[in-house]
Amino acid sequence: MEHIRTPKVENVRLIDRSSGQRKASTGTLYLSATHTIFVENNPETRKETWVLHSMVSSVERPPTIPAGSQLILRCKNFRVYQILIPQERDCMDVYSSLVRLSRPEKYSELYCLSFNPNVNKEEREESWNFIDVMADYKRMGVPNNLWVHTAANSEYRVCDTYPSELFVPKSATPAILVGSSRFRSRGRFPALSYFHQDTLAAVCRCSQPLSGFSGRCQEDEMMLQAVMKSNPGSEFIYVVDTRPKLNAMANRAAGKGYENEDHYTNIKLQFIGIENIHVMRSSQQKIIDVGEMKAPSMTDFLWGLENSGWLKHIKAVLEAGVFIARAVADEGVSVLVHCSDGWDRTAQACSVASVLLDPFYRTIKGLMVLIERDWVSFGHKFSHRYSHLDGDPKEVSPVIDQFLECVWQLSEQFPCAFEFNERFLTAIHTHVYSCQYGTFLGNCQKERRDLRLHERSHSVWPQLWKDRAEYINPLYKAELSQSQGVLRPNTTPYCFKMWKGLYNHVEKSTPPRQTPSDYLTAVREESQQLEEELTNHQERIAALTGKPITWEKIEVPRRRTSHLWQKHCGPDPPTNYTHPITSCAQDNDQALSKPFNQNAQTKDPALTLPLGLYTHLKGQDTDDLSACSDLESGVADLSSRSSSGGYESKDSDPNETAFISA
Amino acid sequence: MEFSEHIKTANVEDVVLRQPLHPPSRGTLCITGHHLLFSDREETGTRQFLLLLRNIDAIEKRTSGSSGTITIKCKDLHVLQLDIPGMEQCLNIAHSIETLSCLDCASEMYPFFYRPSDLRLQDQWGLSSTEKLYSQMKELHDRWRVSTVNRDYSVCPSYPPAVIVPKNIDDSVLKKVAKFRQGGRFPVLCYYHRKNGMVIMHSSQPLPGANRKRCKEDEDLLQAVLDGSDKGYIIDTRSSQQATQARMTGGGFESKSSYSCWKRLHRQMEKGKALQESLIKLVEACGDESNNMDRWLSKLENSKWLSYVQTALSTAGLLAECVERDGHSVLVHGSEGTDSTLLISTLAQLIMDPHCRSLEGFLALLEREWVQAGHPFMQRCAHSAFSHTRLQQESPVFLLLLDCVWQLWRQFPLALGFSEALLLRLATEAYASDFGTFLCNSHKERWALGVMERTHCLFRALLRPRERDYYSNPLYEPTELAIWPSVHPQSLQLWRGFFLRWTQQSRHLEEAQEEIRNMVTEWGKLALK
Repeated sequence: MEHIRTPKVENVRLIDRSSGQRKASTGTLYLSATHTIFVENNPETRKETWVLHSMVSSVERPPTIPAGSQLILRCKNFRVYQILIPQERDCMDVYSSLVRLSRPEKYSELYCLSFNPNVNKEEREESWNFIDVMADYKRMGVPNNLWVHTAANSEYRVCDTYPSELFVPKSATPAILVGSSRFRSRGRFPALSYFHQDTLAAVCRCSQPLSGFSGRCQEDEMMLQAVMKSNPGSEFIYVVDTRPKLNAMANRAAGKGYENEDHYTNIKLQFIGIENIHVMRSSQQKIIDVGEMKAPSMTDFLWGLENSGWLKHIKAVLEAGVFIARAVADEGVSVLVHCSDGWDRTAQACSVASVLLDPFYRTIKGLMVLIERDWVSFGHKFSHRYSHLDGDPKEVSPVIDQFLECVWQLSEQFPCAFEFNERFLTAIHTHVYSCQYGTFLGNCQKERRDLRLHERSHSVWPQLWKDRAEYINPLYKAELSQSQGVLRPNTTPYCFKMWKGLYNHVEKSTPPRQTPSDYLTAVREESQQLEEELTNHQERIAALTGKPITWEKIEVPRRRTSHLWQKHCGPDPPTNYTHPITSCAQDNDQALSKPFNQNAQTKDPALTLPLGLYTHLKGQDTDDLSACSDLESGVADLSSRSSSGGYESKDSDPNETAFISA
Repeated sequence: MEFSEHIKTANVEDVVLRQPLHPPSRGTLCITGHHLLFSDREETGTRQFLLLLRNIDAIEKRTSGSSGTITIKCKDLHVLQLDIPGMEQCLNIAHSIETLSCLDCASEMYPFFYRPSDLRLQDQWGLSSTEKLYSQMKELHDRWRVSTVNRDYSVCPSYPPAVIVPKNIDDSVLKKVAKFRQGGRFPVLCYYHRKNGMVIMHSSQPLPGANRKRCKEDEDLLQAVLDGSDKGYIIDTRSSQQATQARMTGGGFESKSSYSCWKRLHRQMEKGKALQESLIKLVEACGDESNNMDRWLSKLENSKWLSYVQTALSTAGLLAECVERDGHSVLVHGSEGTDSTLLISTLAQLIMDPHCRSLEGFLALLEREWVQAGHPFMQRCAHSAFSHTRLQQESPVFLLLLDCVWQLWRQFPLALGFSEALLLRLATEAYASDFGTFLCNSHKERWALGVMERTHCLFRALLRPRERDYYSNPLYEPTELAIWPSVHPQSLQLWRGFFLRWTQQSRHLEEAQEEIRNMVTEWGKLALK
C-alpha cells in the first residue's frame, strides 16, 4: 500500500478500447494494492472495471489536454484502457503508483502470494493434485521395458531446472546421465517428453551440446545411442535442432553448438529455423501494432501482417511440430529435440508435436497436462518471459503465446478436433501473465519448491476446470475422422490467419455479435435436457401402459428460440462506411435510428458519452468540442454528418474536417 | 448432331484420372457433345465422373513417347489430370475439349438438352416477376406504377419488359429519359424500404456529354422519385474524375445545377478487366507452391481482391446508411449500370431487408437484380481464372457479389437463411450450368432463344425439397434488424470455401458444417417430442 499516493479519484472518464467501447464512461477510479478499479457513476449500472496490476504491461502519459490529463494502460492480454483524469496532480499520482505497482520487484508482491492461502487450506492442497504429470506418463504406458523412471535428479542434483522425476532409456545408467548432463547447456540432458505407444517411438528433449568446434563426450554419445535403442523398430534417431542453422553454428564459437554427425552414430540432424526470443518479441510488437492500426486499408493491413513476420514464425513453430509428429507416427523414428537452453523453442516444438500426435492433448484436461509437463515441469522461464517481476526487458518474449496460437491455428483447420474453444486458450494466456495463481510462477520446479508456492498459492487448473462449460467447443466430436489419431495439418501459408481473438481490439473488428459456437452450445445443452426429459416420459409411459414406445420419424420443425437470439445477436456495430474514425457521427446515428434503439437493449445503457468526444479532445480547442456535443444531442443536420464521412471531401464543412483530422 | 464433327475419338480405354483429394483411378474416358465422362471399374463397383465441358476454362497437353497427359483447369477452380495412352488419341481428345468447351452459340448449350426426370418444362419459370412483386407490395401503389413501355425491348434492350417507375411519369417521358441514359437504362425502382418509404433506384449514366446537355424529362423523373422529400443521394460507382472524363465520350453525371435536390457521392469501384485480372492473380497466389509466408501475403495483397471486397461492402454499407439511417432515397449508377450498380444495390438490400435473407428471398433477389436487370452473364462469365484466351468482356462481378455475401454470412452466421454451399453452387452455375437461368446477357436474348420454354430454371430446382434442405442454413434465425457488416480488413477473410475448395482444408470445414446441421436437426427432433 505504500506505493499508493491517491487511492481514489473522482470524475474520471474511461474507455475500454478493446471491448469495442466507443464512448467514455464517467466514474470513480480506485487504486488498491492489487487492482485498479473503476466504478461508473451511472446509478443504474454501477459497472465495475477491474484491472489487475500484474496485467499492466505499460502505462503511458500522453500530453495533457484541456479536459484533463490522460493515461493509457496497455495490458499483457492486449487490452487497452484510456483514462482521463481532471486534475494533473491526481494523474501524476496515479501514474507513478501504477508504474510501481505494475512492476513488482519481489515474488511476495505478486497477487497470488499477497493473501492468506490458508483460508481454503484443503482446497488449496487439493488444487495442486488436480493435474498429475506422472499419471499421464502412465497413460502413455511409461515406465515400461524401454523407458524407466530415474531418481538421478532427485533434489535437483544433476540439473536444477529439470523436474526431480524423469524418464530415460532403460540402458542409460546414472553415470551416462550425469556425463551427458555435463556436456549439455545448463545440464539439461535428454529425457522423455512423449512416448507414442503405437509405434514405440519417443519424443525426447534436451539442450544444446557443449561441443564447440570439436568437443565430444562419450557419455552423451552413449546417451543418444540409448535413446535410439529404446525404439526397437528403428535404426536411427532424428536430432531436431529447432534453431536456424546459422544460429546453431554461431553457438559453436561459444563452446556450444550442435551434434556432429560424425561423432554420433545413427543420428540425422535436422534444423528447423525457429527464430530466437528477441526476433519473436519484436515481431509480436509489430502484430500488436497491426491490431491497433486506425482505419487501415486492406493494403496497409496485409503489408503490416507481412512486415510483422508473425505468421511466418507461427508457421515455423507448427512445422517443427509437424516434422516431429511425422517422424514419430509415420516413420516410427524417435526424435531428440533441442534449441539452445532447451526451454523455449524446445518446449514449443515438443508440445505442438504432442497435440498433433495424441487426441488426449486436444481435450481440456489434456492441454492442461501437456502445459504442466512440457512447460511448467520441464522448466520454462515464466517469470522472465512474461515479466512477472521487474527485470531485463530483453528476457521477455511471447514463447507460450506462440504455442497457444499454434493450437488455435490448428483448431481453425480442424474445427471438430478440439474439445476446447478459443476462450480456453485466451484464458490460459491471461493466467500465464496474471500471477493470480501460483501455477506459472517461478522458472522451474526447484524454484517453486524453494518459494513454497504450493503452500502459499493456488493452482489455476481446477479453476479453469470448474469453468469448463465456458470453454467447450460444441462441435467437438471424438468419433469424427478429423479428430482421430494423428493430426496432419496443412502448413501452406494460406492456412494461417491473424488470431483476431487475441490480438485485435474488438472495436475495429467484427464484434462478437453472432457466434455459432455459443449458439450451438446452447443447442447442445438443450438437446441433452430434452433427451433426459424424453427418457423420463418414455419410462413413465412404459410404466403406465406396460409397452415400450417407439417414435415415428417426425418432420423437423423450425426452431424458435428467441432467448438464444437475444443473447447472440448483439447490437449492430456502428460500422462507419464513410470514415471509421468519426465515431461521434455514428453515435449520433444510433440515437436517431429506431432499430438501433431496439437493439441497444443488449448494450450497456450507461455508455452515453461518445468516444469521439474523448479521443478528439487531443489538441482541440473548446470550439470543436461544442461542435461535438451538438452532434451528440442529435441536433446536427444529418447531411453534414454524411459529408463528414468523406463522401465528397470538397463539400465537407470545416468543423467536420477538424473532426476527421483529430 | 453437329457436335460429332468435333469428336474424332469418343472413347479411350485405360485412362488414368488424377484429381485432388482422390487417389488416381483407371478407367474409360468418353467425350460427348457437352460432357466429359470418366468411369472406372474398381472392385467395389463402377464410379463415374461427369464434367460439363462448358466448365473447362483451359487445358494443357503434354505428350511423351506414345502417351499424353491432359491437364484440365475448370472454371470452378477444380484442376484434374488425364493420362491417356496413345498420342493421337490424346491430341484428339484435347482438340475436342478445346472446341466444345468454348462454343459460343447459346442455343447449342447444354441447358437446351438437359431433361431431368423430376422437372417439367411446363413448370413455372423463375420465382417472381415485376408485376407479381408490384401486386404484393400494396405500399407501392400510391406513388408507383408498373410500366410496360419496354414490352418489346425497344426502349431498353437490357431491361425486362415491365419495370416500376413513379406513378406520375408516363411512358412517353420514359422513352425520352431512356434516350438520355446509356443503353436506354432509365432510372427504375429496385427496392422499396418499408420502414420509411425510401427507395433505391438504379440506372446507367446520363449522357450530357461534353456540351453538358440537359434532359428535362430525366430531371422530372428524379424529382418525382423524391416526391416532396428535400433531397436524395446519387451514388456513382466511379470516381468523380472518371465521371468527369466520361463526358468526353458522351457520358457524364448529374450536375448539381440541373439536379439541385440530389447529392452525388462518388465511390470508385473496380470492374471489368481490373477485376478479372485480380481474380487471375488471386487464383495464382492460391496455387503458389513456394510455401513462403511473405510471398503469400504479398501476392494476396497484390491481387487486390480483398480490397475490392472491402470497397464493395463499404459502398453497399454507405448506400444502406443513406436509406436506412438518413432516410433518403438513392439512385445508383456507374457507367453501363449492369455491374457494380447491381452489386451494391443487391448487397444493400441484404443488409437492410430481412425478406432478402431467406433462401427463397435471396434467390428472388438475384433473379430480380441480376438475371432480369440485365447483368450480361454470358459475356462476364465466359472465362474464369485459368483461360489463356485474350480477355474480352469477362469480369467476375457476380463472383465478387457471392464473396461479399459470404463475408456477410460469416459475420452473421445466424441471419442468413442459406448455406455456404448455396453460394458455392451459384459460383459454379454462373460459369457452367445444366440450367438456363444464367444463359444469355439479357431478358431480350433469353426471350429470343426461348430459354424460358426450352430450359429449366436453376432457382426453381434449388427449391426442390432435397436441395432446399441442403442449401438452407441450419442456424437461421430471421431478424428484422439491419445487419451492418464490419469492413475492417481484419474482419474480411479470404473465401476459403471457394478459392481453396479443392484442398483438404475445405473438407474439414465442410465436415464441421455437416456436424452443425446434425446437431440442430437432432435438437429439432427432440424439441418436437
